[in-house]
This record gives sequence, C-alpha cells and structure tokens, in this order.
Amino acid sequence: MEQYSLILKLGKLLRSGEISCTELTQKFLSAAEKENKRLNAFVKLTPETALKTAAEVDRKLAAKEELPPLAGIPMTLKDNISTNGMETTCCSKILKGYVPIYDATVWKILKEQHAVLLGKANMDEFAMGSSCETSCFGGAKNPHNTQRVAGGSSGGAACAVAGNLAAFSLGSDTGGSIRQPASFCGIVGLKPTYGAVSRYGLIAYASSFDQIGPLTQSVADSALVYDAIAKYDPMDSTSSKKALPAFSSLGKDIRGIKIGVPKEYLEGIREDVKSALQSALKVYESLGAEIVEFSMPSIKYSLPVYYILACAEASSNLGRYDGIRYGYRTDHYADRNEMICKTRSEGFGAEVKRRILLGTYVLSSGYYDAFYKKAQNLRGTLIKAFEDAFAHCDVIAAPTVPMTAFPLNFTARDAVETYLTDICTVPVNIAGLPGISVPCGFGSDSMPVGLQLIGARFSEPALLNTAFQYEQAARSDVFRAVETGVAL
Amino acid sequence: MNYELVCGLETHVELSTKTKIFCSCSTKFGGEPNTHCCPICIGLPGTLPKLNKAVVEYAVMAGLATNCKISPVSKMDRKNYVYPDLSKAYQISQYDMPLCRNGWVELSSGRRIRLNRIHIEEDAGKLVHDRGNTFVDYNRGGVPLIEIVTEPDLRSIAEVQEYVEKLQMILRYIGVSDCKMQEGSLRCDVNVSVRPAGQEPFGTRAEIKNMNSFAHMAKAIEYEYDRQVDLLMSGEKVVQETRRYDESSGCTEGMRGKEDADDYRYFREPDLVTILVSDEMRETIQKRMPEDPQKRIQRFLSEYQLPEADARLLIEHRRIADYFEAAAKGTKNPRTAANCILGQIFARLGTEAEKEQFNVTVSPENLHALILLLDTGKIRMNLVKSTLEKMLDSGKPASDFLSEKDLAGISADDLKAICEKAISDNERAAADYRAGKEKALKAILGSVMKATRGRANPQETEKLLADIIRR
Repeated sequence: MEQYSLILKLGKLLRSGEISCTELTQKFLSAAEKENKRLNAFVKLTPETALKTAAEVDRKLAAKEELPPLAGIPMTLKDNISTNGMETTCCSKILKGYVPIYDATVWKILKEQHAVLLGKANMDEFAMGSSCETSCFGGAKNPHNTQRVAGGSSGGAACAVAGNLAAFSLGSDTGGSIRQPASFCGIVGLKPTYGAVSRYGLIAYASSFDQIGPLTQSVADSALVYDAIAKYDPMDSTSSKKALPAFSSLGKDIRGIKIGVPKEYLEGIREDVKSALQSALKVYESLGAEIVEFSMPSIKYSLPVYYILACAEASSNLGRYDGIRYGYRTDHYADRNEMICKTRSEGFGAEVKRRILLGTYVLSSGYYDAFYKKAQNLRGTLIKAFEDAFAHCDVIAAPTVPMTAFPLNFTARDAVETYLTDICTVPVNIAGLPGISVPCGFGSDSMPVGLQLIGARFSEPALLNTAFQYEQAARSDVFRAVETGVAL
Repeated sequence: MNYELVCGLETHVELSTKTKIFCSCSTKFGGEPNTHCCPICIGLPGTLPKLNKAVVEYAVMAGLATNCKISPVSKMDRKNYVYPDLSKAYQISQYDMPLCRNGWVELSSGRRIRLNRIHIEEDAGKLVHDRGNTFVDYNRGGVPLIEIVTEPDLRSIAEVQEYVEKLQMILRYIGVSDCKMQEGSLRCDVNVSVRPAGQEPFGTRAEIKNMNSFAHMAKAIEYEYDRQVDLLMSGEKVVQETRRYDESSGCTEGMRGKEDADDYRYFREPDLVTILVSDEMRETIQKRMPEDPQKRIQRFLSEYQLPEADARLLIEHRRIADYFEAAAKGTKNPRTAANCILGQIFARLGTEAEKEQFNVTVSPENLHALILLLDTGKIRMNLVKSTLEKMLDSGKPASDFLSEKDLAGISADDLKAICEKAISDNERAAADYRAGKEKALKAILGSVMKATRGRANPQETEKLLADIIRR
C-alpha cells in the first residue's frame, strides 16, 4: 500500500521526526514560489496560513498526539472551492476581490485534519475549459513539457501535484475536469460518485454534474483523500450517506473480475493512446481479470447531452454575478441595467459567455422541448445504459482523453473541436458515476496517457482497488516522476 | 349590453415558520436591513439551499384546510430573472409539480371557488430608495411563501373580498400565516376579464400585480372592469398584459408590452431533491391540524348550547376559541364562560388586532375555576361578574377576592335556624301560606336571602320554608 503513497511517506517522515512540518511546508512553499513562474499552478500562495497550520502540527507531534493521515500534508485547493477569508475567484475577472465569509465543507474537513494549504490552484474560468487557458491568470503549464497545457479545468491542481509542488490537490470534475488534467500530467485523478462529496462551498458550474475529488501521485493517496472528504453533509441536499471508505479495500485480489470495454470509447482515439490502453488491458488479463468488449450505442449522445444540460445550469448559476454585491464592477455606467450589462461583458471571458448564451438559448421558451427536455430524457437513457452495463461487468475501462496534452493555445482555435475531446470523460458525469484516471504509459510524443476506469455508483472501494492493482503491476513502466519541485 | 366580471386570484402568503425556507435565518418582519441574512439567503457563490421541512408541513396544512389534493411527489424549480433584490438571479419556486392541487374555498353563498394549485417558493429581498441612492435589504429574501391560485371563478368584487377574507381566516386559524396585508404577508395578483352576460368563453384577461389592501383591490378591479367594457363597447380588443394599479390616480396602467414578455427559463432546481409527502406524513399533519372552523361552530352549538352568533364571534380567532374551550370544558355553565369572554373581556380589547392577539390577564384555567364556583353553588351570578372584573384588573385568581364567608356557603343547620327565625318574624305571611296563598312564601324567602346576603339557594330555601310551615 505504502509503496507509491506520497501522503503515507510524508506522514512517516513527520511522525518519525525526520523532518518537521514547518520545514516540510517551507520546502514546498519555496519550491512553489520558484516553479510557479514557469508552471503557473498557483493563482495565490498562502504561506501564512500554511506555516500557522504547520506550527500547530509540529506542536501536536511534539505532544505525541494522534493525528489523522492528512495532518501536516501540503496541498492545494482549486480556486472554485470557497475558503473563508481567502480570495476565491474561479480564475474569473468577475470574482476578483471576492473573499468568502464561510468555508466549503471539504475545506472545513481538511482543516480539521490539519492539512496544510499552500495556496489556491489555477483553473479554467468557472471550470469551463479543457486546457486551463481560459483562466484570467493565464493557463497552468504541463510539468512534463511546458510547451503543453496542464489540461483543464483543474489544470493548476494537476500541475502542482505532477510538478512536486503539493502532495495532493482537490479539484472539481463537471465533464472531466479532474480526470483529464490528471491524464495530461501523468497523475491519478478521482471523480467520485455524484453525492459522495459535499458540494457546499464549491462555486457551481453545473450543479447536477459538479463533484469535488482528489488529484494525487498514487491511487493509495486518492483513496486516503477520498476517505477524508466523502462524508454526508446536511448542507448539501444532494449529498449521500452511501459512500464507503476505500483505502481499506486496496490490495484485494481482483482475479475473476470483469472489465468491460465499450467499443464506442475507442472510436476516434489516437493510435498511440489506443495502444497504451491495450497494454493496460493486457496487464489486467495477467492479473486474472476478464476483458469483455461490448457496445453502448447511447454513448454517442453524451456530448450534446452534456453541453446542453451543463450550459443550461451554468447560465442560471452564473446569473448572480452582476457587480452589485461582490466581485468586479465596471467603472462607468449611467444606470443599473448598464452597470449589470457592462460588468458581465467585461467580467466574463469568451468561453464562459459562450456557455451562458448556449445555456440561455436551450432553456428559452420555444426551444426548451427541442433541447433541454430532449437532453434530460437522453440523460435517463444513458443512466440506464450504464446500469445495464454494470449488470454484466464490474468496471468499465476506457481512455481518459483521446489524445495527450494539447500544445499551448490549441484550444482557442476551435471551441467545438475542443468540446469533442471531452467525449470519454462526460458520460461519467451524466450518469453520476465514479471515474478515475491512472497513468498508463506515454504517447508517441512521450507525453503521459491516462487509463480511465469507471464504476457503478458508490463502488469507489472496488474501483480504487482495481486501479491500485494495475498501479502495483505496471507503475514503473507507466509513471514518470518530474525532476523539478520538492525532492524527497 | 351587460358584461359579467370574471376574476381569478393569485395570492402570495408568507408562512410564519420561525426560519427561512432554505436556511436557518429568522423570518421576523422588520429588523435593521440585512441583519436576518446568511451566506445562503444572500446567495453567495457556492452556497446551497436546504429545504426547511416546516415549510412543506405548513403548505400541506394550507392545502388540507382548503380541500386540496396533496401531491405525494413534487419538486422545486428555478425561475430565472434578473433583479437586484433577487440575490441568485433566480427564485426557487415550483413550476409544473406543485405541492397541492385542486382544492376549493366555500363562500357564504355556498359557491365553491376552485383552487388550481398551491405551491411553495422563496420571497425576494426589497429595494430601499433613499436620497437618490438605491439599497438592497435581503432580510425578506428566502422568507417562505405559498402561492394560492384560483380558477377564474370569482364574479364580483364582493366575492373577491369574501374569498380573500375567508382565506385569511382559514390560514390564520391553522396558524400558518398571520396574513397581514399591510405588512405584505398577504399580497394578491388579480386576473380580470369581462364577457357579455350569458356568454360561455372567457374574455382576454389582464393581470393586476401586487394588491396589498382590500380598498385598492376593489378600486383596481372596478377600474379595470370599466376599462375593458369600454374597450369592447367601442369595438376594440383587450390585450393580455400585466398592469399596475396606481394608488394616487386610482387607475391601472400597462407595465410592459408583449414583445418583452418574460421568459423565466424554468428548469428543475438541481440543488434540491424530490419532495416526497408520504401518506403517513400527510395523516400526521392532518391529525395535528386544528378543527375546521365551520365544524367547530356546529360543535359549539351542540356541545355548549351556545347561540350561533356567540359561537361565530368566539370562532373568529382561534386563540379565543381555544381559550373559551379551556374555560368552559367540563362546566355546567359554558354559556357563562362565553358571556364572560364576549362581554367583560371583549370590552377590554378595543381593536380587532387586540382580539387576535388575545392577551388576557386572566388565564383560561382561572376563568374555569370561577365558573366551577358557580357550578357548585359556592357563588352566585352577581358575584361572578364583580369577581371577574377584579381578576381582569389584577390577573389574580378568584380565590383572592372571595372571603371565607363568601365561599363557605351556609350549613343546613344555620339555614334552618335562619328560616325558622324568618317565619316567626313573618307570622302573617306564614298564616297566609297555610291558608293557601302560595305567593305569601316569597316574602319570607326575601328576608332569608337578605339575612344570608344572597348565598342561600332560593329553590332549596323555598322548599325548606314550606316544610317548616306545614309541620
């Protein structure tokens, strides 16, 4: 279990007294400060809070207090997770200067565990994008090659972990925003079952799709973070009591499990990505798993369903940014209406505007039935298709992204072309399922490729164990550590 | 040609739950601006609504009290529109699956005004204009509302008024709202159309928004009726639109044209789960509901033998009816209890508001104790009145004002002695009685009552006197 777990390794170092939490935090802070100019993973560093927590952890360690696994572990939060007293912007000009007066539930939990927050991580504006480049702070770069993007929308969160600038990050995944950058950056990213982790304090993009989850260097680390944050929260009506701890399931034999591979997921996939996937499936066969190819024709509806429903919800969720109560307000205006119009025109970036317009359109009277209602019905069809699939297999395997990390400025060229690259990740969000991306090798451009595993609702223990077994068997062939950042 | 008035009402009623519909802030009216607020009800980014169960229960009570079917499954929707008093730029409401459907409210004529639906939603904050500046106060934002929608069943201003009064009475009675029009806890949108008398199809309607007093509502409907009739008589058409009533001119005026008609882009609120009202929950609420006021009147007539007019007065406010029952239950003189309330107690409550509050110094238990003294013959009616006055003045129980002697009654031996003395003092009257003059006994009785200061029971005493004289 402990072999690849950075969190357990750091925990041991702290508990043995080999390094103090303050020293460890300082190491990460100075690395972050140095590397951030190059990688742009953080939009804000929070050294004061970090060192304060570290000092407290050191006191507790000195007093031989029992500490939870995440105590003293340096980490980041995506900048759409509300932090009381710390600016939270969603990397949008419209929220510049907005300082929440309450904590997101996940941050509250991590605070109670004494996790050390290094700073807020870069992201696509309001989590809308696949490259992190719609951020008003500019995009995060890929630590494996800074001419490539870190991915998105949780680009900064992935970049920080892959670049050894944080032991773990919390990101959010609405259509692939945790798994895709994890895949691009060669790390592990878990999108939990919808309802497993509280959304309270996560600034909404698309409420029925959004889910917070971990980005880590290993499956065990994702399990540890998942176990900490997957708690029922009365503040979130869609949160569930069904989530089960995952870490204790790691290591279980997977002989005889059935891994389903829907052939629709393999259409239009770049050849080098496909062959990385096929090698991964071979590893599973060698572990005694049975690979079952099958067809899920309704997968083809995923992209339109996702973009219609997510944009519809976004158009409503983003209506509140009017410059009246918080955030950015335009300088010159004659009256209230002009103030709201100019604030929104100047405050939102092009991608966000595109999705607000699309969402407003599909909900408008006269178009509702043709778009929103139809998409809602097809969402039901897709949910049913996955239920049927899980009657025949334990886990579904697919690529995370049809390609490796985009070159810089690639996504700005064609919005629809970019949307198409979400094809493998959105079905999971549509159906509210858990999905994980684990590194499974490299493309012909020597950039990391991700293997995506999908489970039935609340099957995280089995899903993470399936990923864990692969990692144990193939880690040295498929994972490449980046040289920069904190070396331990 | 004669035109018939056709009205339908959409009534917004603030529920009197302690906390708001989606957070735990107070719903109290007034308060310094933005002091009954939290991250949720000011819609800060990342916050989520959490449905207050009491709101569902109150709305179900309102539905049951107005004969509605309660939906076992309903949901919340977002109604999107931009206005500074709406902090999220959408109102969480119910669109196509309201909590209650198909009810009715009966008017005194026996006509039933059908209710199409009752749904729950959140109120918005309000704009405050001050010296050229506009401020927003979100205290009211998130206060729970029910919207009660009638079918176009109302045919006169009097019916509209009676319907609203009836609704107020019912909702106050079951305790779900104080229904104060002047404080805005009950507001009406009135849909008005006209049609030639005898014609089946309805005319085109205009909706007059936000009526907050009976007087304005009556004037607005009257104006709107005349306006529409004039239009039709002169061969023009009524346009379907939203209109505003201008209090100073007494006129209604169009608020916006058709081209910029609202499109609220309703869709299901993804942050809330389906609302389920099980049979069990509905029955529990039903059991907890106070008795239907109409049925209660009937029961007051039969159980307490009250005159109907008295029963109606007592029922009007639930607190008074409850007070009466607590005082009258188990006594032989429920009518005395009613008279005490309607006479002496009401005399001290000047306004309707005071009656509704019914803050009375005498507890129903103390009034009950006073009536019991009457029941057991320990005191007489004249003493009830004067004692109650003293109780009302001081808030103290009856026992504080009645002397030992007042309450002691008269022992049989004492009464016999007093009677014997009275007979010997009135020899002539006794002789007359012996001679067959029944009335002569009254004179002797009078002197006994005088001697006992009214404490003796006249019937018993008369019998005793007759016995002694005959012996």
